[in-house]
Formats: sequence, C-alpha cells, structure tokens
Amino acid sequence: MKEHIVRSYEEELALLDRKIAQMGGLAEDALGQAFDALEKRDPRLAEAVIGSDKAIDLLQKEIEEQVIAMIARRQPMADDLRHVMAALRITSDLERIGDLAKNTAKRALAVSQEPYPKPIMSGLRNMVERALRQLKDVLDAYAERNSELALSVWREDEQIDAMYNSVFRELLTYMMEDPRNIGLCTHLLFGAKNIERIGDHATNIAEVVHYLVHGVSIADDRPKGDETSSTLISHQ
Amino acid sequence: MVVTGAADEGSRMNEQVRTGDIAGAAVSALPRGAGPAVTAKVRARHVDVFYGDKQALKDVSVDIPARAVTAFIGPSGCGKSTFLRCINRMNDTIPTSRVSGQITIDGEDIYDPRLDVVQLRARVGMVFQKPNPFPKSIYENVAYGPRIHGLARNKPELDGIVMSSLEKAGLLKEVRDRLGDSGTSLSGGQQQRLCIARAIAVSPEVILMDEPCSALDPIATARIEELIDELRENYCIIMVTHSMQQAARVSQRTAFFHLGELIEQGDTTDIFTNPRNRQTQDYITGRYG
Amino acid sequence: MSDVSSTLRTGPATGHWRTAAQQRRLRRRYAADRRMQILGLGAIGLAVALLGILFGSLVYSGYLAFAQTRVVLEFRIDPALVQPDRIQDGNFRSIIRQALFQQFPEVTSRRQQTELAKLLSPGAEWIVRDHVQANPELVGRTVNLLVPVADPYDQLSKGVIPRDVPESQRRLGDEAIGWLDSLDRRGLVRTTFAWELFLNADSRFPEMAGLAGAMTGSFLTLLVCLLLSIPLGIAAAVYLEEFAPKNRLTSLIEVNINNLAAVPSIVFGLLGLAVFLGFLGLPRSAPLVGGMVLSLITLPTIVIATRATLKAVPPSIREAALAIGASKHQVMMHHVLPMAMPGIMTATIIGLAHALGETAPLLLIGMNAFIPSVDSIGLLEPATALPMQIYSWADSPERGFVARTSAAILVLLGFLVAMNAVAIYLRQRFERTWS
Repeated sequence: MKEHIVRSYEEELALLDRKIAQMGGLAEDALGQAFDALEKRDPRLAEAVIGSDKAIDLLQKEIEEQVIAMIARRQPMADDLRHVMAALRITSDLERIGDLAKNTAKRALAVSQEPYPKPIMSGLRNMVERALRQLKDVLDAYAERNSELALSVWREDEQIDAMYNSVFRELLTYMMEDPRNIGLCTHLLFGAKNIERIGDHATNIAEVVHYLVHGVSIADDRPKGDETSSTLISHQ
Repeated sequence: MVVTGAADEGSRMNEQVRTGDIAGAAVSALPRGAGPAVTAKVRARHVDVFYGDKQALKDVSVDIPARAVTAFIGPSGCGKSTFLRCINRMNDTIPTSRVSGQITIDGEDIYDPRLDVVQLRARVGMVFQKPNPFPKSIYENVAYGPRIHGLARNKPELDGIVMSSLEKAGLLKEVRDRLGDSGTSLSGGQQQRLCIARAIAVSPEVILMDEPCSALDPIATARIEELIDELRENYCIIMVTHSMQQAARVSQRTAFFHLGELIEQGDTTDIFTNPRNRQTQDYITGRYG
Repeated sequence: MSDVSSTLRTGPATGHWRTAAQQRRLRRRYAADRRMQILGLGAIGLAVALLGILFGSLVYSGYLAFAQTRVVLEFRIDPALVQPDRIQDGNFRSIIRQALFQQFPEVTSRRQQTELAKLLSPGAEWIVRDHVQANPELVGRTVNLLVPVADPYDQLSKGVIPRDVPESQRRLGDEAIGWLDSLDRRGLVRTTFAWELFLNADSRFPEMAGLAGAMTGSFLTLLVCLLLSIPLGIAAAVYLEEFAPKNRLTSLIEVNINNLAAVPSIVFGLLGLAVFLGFLGLPRSAPLVGGMVLSLITLPTIVIATRATLKAVPPSIREAALAIGASKHQVMMHHVLPMAMPGIMTATIIGLAHALGETAPLLLIGMNAFIPSVDSIGLLEPATALPMQIYSWADSPERGFVARTSAAILVLLGFLVAMNAVAIYLRQRFERTWS
C-alpha cells in the first residue's frame, strides 16, 4: 500500500493502530490476571486488575477523540474511513472486554475467602485460555489486516460457547450437590459468562477486521454455540 | 471492473476477497451481453478521444442514469472533462480533436452526422468551472437561450420562461427587483446559479457541470449543491469535480478516471467506502502519485 | 505531530538573517532596485523633455500665426466702380486703393502709391467684395471694415522684421514703416485672432492662407479610409481569428499581414499610383484615391489589433454561448463582437490617427494640389491634406509661412491628440465592461 501524500495523516493512522494494540495488550493482561486472581484467590492481583481498567477506559477515550478529530479534519475515505471506523468499534469492544475482566476480578475478590475444590477451575481455565487466544489472534488479525485469521477467530467462537455450556452444566451440578457451593458457583458462573461475552467481543472485532479488509460485512449468520439460555437441568 | 448490469452488482456483493485480476479487469470494456442499466440516459461505448496524436480518452464505456447525479472524479488531465465535453460535443470546437466510439442519449447517437450540434447543445446544458454570465442584464442572460431557439412566441411567454428558470435555480428571490442589472454585478455564487438558470431555460434533458463550485466559497458551494440535489429530480446531471467530498455529498453514481481510462464506476457510497480498484482507492484516500 | 514539525524545520538557524553577509546582500538588492527605478525615471524624463522641446519650439514659432494685424479703413463703395446688379465684377481694387490713399493724402507720386497699395493684403479686395455682395444696399455708401495688412507689415507689427537694422537689410523701407506707424498712431491698427487660418483655403499670400482646404481634404480622405478599412479590417480579422482553418495557407496570410504593417508607407503610395491611378484610371489628387491608399496602410494595423481584441474576449463567454446552443455566427455577432467593439474602435482610431499624419503615399498620388477654395473640394476633385499642406507651406519662401507651418503642425497634433483621447476613453470603458 502506498503511503499517504500527507505524512502526518499516515502517522495519525499508525498512532491509532499503536493505541489499539496497546489497549488490546492491556485487555489481554486484565483477562489473564483476573483469572489468575480467581484461581489463586489473590485479592491484591484482583485489585490490580480493577485498577488497570482505568487505563483501558482512558485509552478508549483517547482513541475515540482521535477518531472524531480525524473524521473532522481528514475526512477519511474508503479504506481510511473503514480504518478509523474499525478503530472506533474495536476500541469499544476492547473497553467492554476490560469491563468484563474487571467484573471477573471483582468476583475473584468476593470469593477469595471461600474454599473451593480444585477441579472446579479446570473448565474455566480452558475457557480463559481459549478466549485469550481468540483475543490475541483477532488483535494480530487487525494488526496484519489478516481476514483469514479473523475469519477463523469468528468461526471458533462456537467452541468457547460449547465450553461455556459444559462449565455451566458443571457448576449447576456442583450447586445441586452441595447448596453451600451456591454462592461460589454463582460468582464463577458469572465469571464464565463474562469470558463467554469476551469471546463474543473478540468475534465482533473479527467481523470489524473482515469489514476493514474487504469493505463488506461477513454475510452468514455467526454460528452460535451458547445454548444455556434454553438449558434447564431438572432436579432428579 | 466496469459494473453496469444487475448481474454484476450481485456477483460483486458476494465477493469477499480482493484479488489482483479484479483490478486488472477494471480497464476492460463492458462485458459482452451485459444488460444496459434500467434507466440509462446517456450511454457511451468504447469512446476514444484524440487531440492530434495524443490520446486523451481510451475505450470509455459507461451508462449514466437519468434523474440522478453522476460525478466524474480523477486527477487533473485524467480525461474526465474531456469526456464531459464529448457529451455535448464541445470538443468539436477544438480543431485537432477526434472522437471515436459511440455516445447515445436516449438511444440516439449524438455523433450521427445528421444530428445538429446546435440542437444537441440545447438538449445538453452545460455549466462551467468559472461562472461566465454574459455581460448583459440578468434577464437577457436567461432569455438568450430561449430566444435563439425560438422557445417563446411572445414576450409574456419569454418572461414566464425567464422567471421559472430563475425560480428553479433558486435565484428569483434575490434578483426579482433587479432583472435589468448586469449579470456580472452578482456575487460569484449568484453568477453560477444564473448560469444554471441560463442552462435550464432551454429545457435540457442532461446538464453537464464542469467543476461548478471550484471558484466559490463554502456557503455558495452549499447553495449550489442543494440546487443540484433539487434539480436531480428532473434532469440527468453529470458533474466533474476535484473535490471528492463534493462528489460524495452530491452524487449518486461516481466514476473514477485515470490517465484517460475509466478505472471504476459505481454507487457513490460503494466507491467512497469500498472501492474495488487499487488506483481508485489510492486516489480517494490521498495516496495518489 | 511534534516530530513532523521538527523535521520540517530544516532551514538555517535563527539569527542567520543578521549576519554581515546577509546585510550586504540586502544592501546590494536595495541598490539594484534603486538603479532600476532611476533608469526608468531617466528614460521617461528624457522622453518628456524631448516632447517639451518639440512642443515648445512649435508653439514659439507658431503662435504668431494665430494672430493677424489688421487696419480699419473707411471704404466708399462708388457706384461708378460697382454696379449693384453686377457686384461680382466690380472694381474693388480701386475702392481699396482709394480708401488707403485717403488716409495718406501726402502720398501722391505714382511710385509711392504703388508701394502704399502693397500695405494691404490682396485679400482685402475679396473681403470688401464679399461684404458688399452680402449687403448690396451698401453700394453708393461708405462702410468701415477691418482688413488684413500684407505679410511684410504683419511681420513688422509682430516684431519678426526688426526695425533696428539698416534699411538695406530690411524687407520694408523706412517709408513703409512710417505708414504703418502713422496708421497705428491714429488707432486704426488692430491685432486680432487669425480666423483665416481655419476658415480660408490655401493662398499664395500667407496672411490669407488657411487650413480649411487641407482639413476638408483630410476629412474626406479619412472618411474614405474609415469606410473601407473598418468593414474590411473587421471582416478579415473575424474570419482569420474565428473561422479560418489553421493551416499553412492561413499562417502564411497571418505572417504577411504582420509584415504589411511594417512596410514603409511610401511603398503603399507606389502601389496606389500603379494600381489605382495607372490601372484603374482613377483621378489624380482625389481624396477617394488618397483614402484607398491610406486604408491599405491602416488595414494591417486594424486587422492585427482587432484580432488581438477578439482573442482577449474571454473564451468562457464563447463557451457559454456555444454550450447553450448558439451557432458560431451567433456567438460572433451576439457576444464576441459587441464585447470586442470598444477595442476595435480604439484600434481603428489609432489607425486613422496614423493615417492622418501620412505624407509620403499622398505625395505619390499627387495630393499636394494647390486648393485656393474649399468649395471646389469633392471626392473625385483634386484636394490636399493636412500633412501635405504643412509640407507645401514649409517649402514657401514668404516669411509668414514659417509661422503658418508651425501653426499647421500644432493643428495637426491637436487632431491627433484629440483622436487618441477618444481612443483612451473608449479603452477605459472597454476595461470597465470586463470585470
């Protein structure tokens, strides 16, 4: 791709990408650390995650302002227009991811004193690892303008949904086994839901990347794997 | 890719991956058998224009719809004005120019030797870059066209044409009390609207505009753009503009010319959000050159 | 964005403009500017000075011709000398002599009387005759009339003939001077405006010679020139500029028109002599032929200038008219020509002013005829023109023609200035309609 004739324009677009990358990094860290806090029951780490959300919000604000200024001053066209619009949409997704990570960290704080059996976390860990990879992949896809990678992220969200279904069932089972687990499991359930939502946001970003690269939205409906809204486990 | 047929539109929408050969194919003429656009008013096929030995336009084929604004964009010297001037045969006034290919308006070949150029130009009005009212009164400026074409049988009829043309050009309110003043005494924007009124006065079907706002301030430009938007309901408007924002604001269809070739044409929204061709994209995003 | 501005700031460091080298450069540039101005001022000053000298000398030697010394005499229209029904054939010569001798009863000898009679201009006779003809009831009565004195006395009165040189070196003897002084003492000598200069045709007597004939001749000549060169010039220019195909032939014609403008006017005179007089057999010395020859001279100028004005009509106006469906001819007649007209008029007037001053070609076709009466002038009759009149007066030996020549030059220059003023006025109007 040729460079813009106006160099400062080119620099502003690059700056936008750097800020998105930075924000994405912060969001990844927040998610990873929130889960660590949950798993290791580390309230200090949880506090740190909650604090780091401020930085994400700040970056979002910065990016938004820059996009508005660029629309006003540069009147971007074609791929530049898609670029700044993509940045605007990705930044709001990343901000939501940050919020969800923060919420998860808050739950980690709430359950930090509760004892819980080890196996309860393994499903959740798989989910988090999956979500982190999705997030990383989609941010790479954005940075490299790689729509193939974005498409694969988009398709694989189904798997997170499937994982969430199984975690959901697992936690329900725990709750049915021992009502004392209900408080803990509810928090974990919400945490799992948060991670599932993060997967959805990653998928949104994947769609944005696809639009950014090709100028058209992904035509098909996204495969949905989250069946929990219709799941009912009856008391046996 | 020169897109005119409905089939092409559809196939384009399904395309998900940009490939190199799409850009390559953009230069080629209309595919054989491509159906004409439903309401094509002006149709060009394989138009070449030469100025002496220099080829100014290469194999341009395009369909221009009625009752819509079509914008021609492209860098200076890309042939967009040349093509515009083919449509009312203003290129005839340049002795060394030579036009081949076919241009039709409502199916009628405008380069048919039996066709009278003077009548063609009454059917195809033109507005120029710099407002160029005649150094006569406002009334005379508008009345001139109807008078030489014998469109009014008597003075009241002529008055009627002048008034309605000024009204349509959104100028009547401003000049009603001074129709006898010189056309050159108006402001730049008013002069340009006077020129539009003058073009409208002979009831053209097509109005060509060659960078109609490039000499005007933003407010006058906005007025002209508003006027163009109104006129679109009754005329086929083709405008050349250097301002991509203007093309984006005013037109429904956009065609991009580069080095004498029609590189890409399509719905304005598509061209400005998602151009198919690398050259188009580089030009409208400011990466040209 | 701050790094962008820093990369842009690659010019010399601040303070660069204060170095001694820069100051020297600056001084040199100012000095060069001043030299340029002084040079231009000097050139203009020289031109103005030369023009001043020209006008000064013309006015100095010519102003006397605008005054005329006259004497008031009492003329008795003796019915014996003038029959009321045949005033034309009356012996006014005797009436004049009698009126003069009456003032000097002491002059009796025949020789002295002959000398005394030379005090009055020969034209006095015609003045009295014309007066009596206009008032036939005067026959048999006396009338006081102001009549011009002869050239030597006129010059004496104006101080051109000095009194303080020996008699032998003077045109007028002591006796003659005495007569004029005696009339002067009696209060009969007046100096008045020389309306003869404008109302009379040519004459062999300087005090009776005027420019009316030459002006009429010039007027007729210019009229013919105007009627020929305007339509021909404009038509040629319009065709060449607007309609002619651009090919070898038209460019050849263009080059030749430009060359014609530079051809010496005497060549056109020769052409006129050969073609109009020799081949077509038109009469010699006639304003018709003069006008035809002059139009040959002005045509290239008018064609070139008209083409320039046509070119200066903004192409946008042509495009506007063409785009609305005007034909080529309509564009020309409705828009381009009206807009170019003031410019064309300016060019024509300047061309005519040029023609007014032409001498050589008129000389060749014999337009230096001696025209003693305005009435005889017609398109096909012999005539003269202003520059020719100047030429022939400058050749005349009489003292009075020296001043007459300068006066005629001033009149000619006056016409040229007036014509140029009209041209400038038109040009200014022309520029106003542009914006």
